[in-house]
Amino acid sequence: MDDLESLSLLTDPVRRSAYQAVAAAGAEPVGRDEVAAALGVGRTLAAFHLDKLVDAGLLEASYARRSGRSGPGAGRPAKLYRRSGVERAVSVPPRAYRSAAELLAEAVERAGADETLYEVARAHGRSASGADLVGEIVARGYEPVVEGDTIRLRNCPFHVLAEGFPPLVCGMNLALLSGLLEEVPGWQARLAPAPGQCCVVLSKNNSDGL
Amino acid sequence: MAGFVKELEVINALADAAPGFVWRLVGEGSDDATALRPFGPDLMVNMSVWESVEALRDFTYRDADHLEQLRRRREWFSHTGLGSHLVLWWIPAGTIPTLQEARERLALLDANGPGPDAFTLRTPYDSP
Repeated sequence: MDDLESLSLLTDPVRRSAYQAVAAAGAEPVGRDEVAAALGVGRTLAAFHLDKLVDAGLLEASYARRSGRSGPGAGRPAKLYRRSGVERAVSVPPRAYRSAAELLAEAVERAGADETLYEVARAHGRSASGADLVGEIVARGYEPVVEGDTIRLRNCPFHVLAEGFPPLVCGMNLALLSGLLEEVPGWQARLAPAPGQCCVVLSKNNSDGL
Repeated sequence: MAGFVKELEVINALADAAPGFVWRLVGEGSDDATALRPFGPDLMVNMSVWESVEALRDFTYRDADHLEQLRRRREWFSHTGLGSHLVLWWIPAGTIPTLQEARERLALLDANGPGPDAFTLRTPYDSP
């Protein structure tokens, strides 16, 4: 299935809601019952849409017993879903910004211009720094999870580039987020790489602000 | 440079304790390779053996302290005029590579790009 076919499956509103319900759970796989309850539809309909999304490569399925029981009488393992790591993109007319980004990253790295990139990223972040921190973070493709004095970012908007050029792209990311925090007293960004997440964590270092 | 040397002790300790770490080059009577200048006074070397590319990748890019030092690499180092400055290759278990070998592998990478005998973290090759 090509990217356009795959993404066009999201035009059904119920199916799109099912996708969003699974994506919102992050790395934690969710079952059919939870999605059905979140959407207010029956379990069979939820399962139908979830399996369509698996066929399209947008979700991936796994099986596990959820009750904590095991052995005889524990019942069949439940089918669980989480967002697939496969990237799908469609552009009309055709554009190839990823290829351009990879060439640019390699050139910056070869030129040793890392710090120039950090300065540019920080300035861009600073220009949007202000009251609506979470809104600005979301607008840039991150998926923030606020946990008290810490904001974890579930998605890396630069994933492919960050895999290819980790110090450069994680450094750019850190500078961008540090810029966004400049007008938000008490908050700081630091590198904290974790699988499947953004390499940056935001934390509050005192009782001021926000 | 002072900042780098201060951090290096921490990074070396992290490497020594990292899963999949086998060996790293140190100078005589030293705990690191900073005093070794086999290829000229301005060129520092760093060579280590790991069980897998994944183990090296995990230590290099998925450890917060090491990633932070890599992010700041330009504060301390310039690679201008060097060609390739990082190369990976497979060795038989139980052996230790030499600096001469490292130099040859770097030349191979420069000449042919990544291949099974000389590659990079961005373009890895499986063990033979």
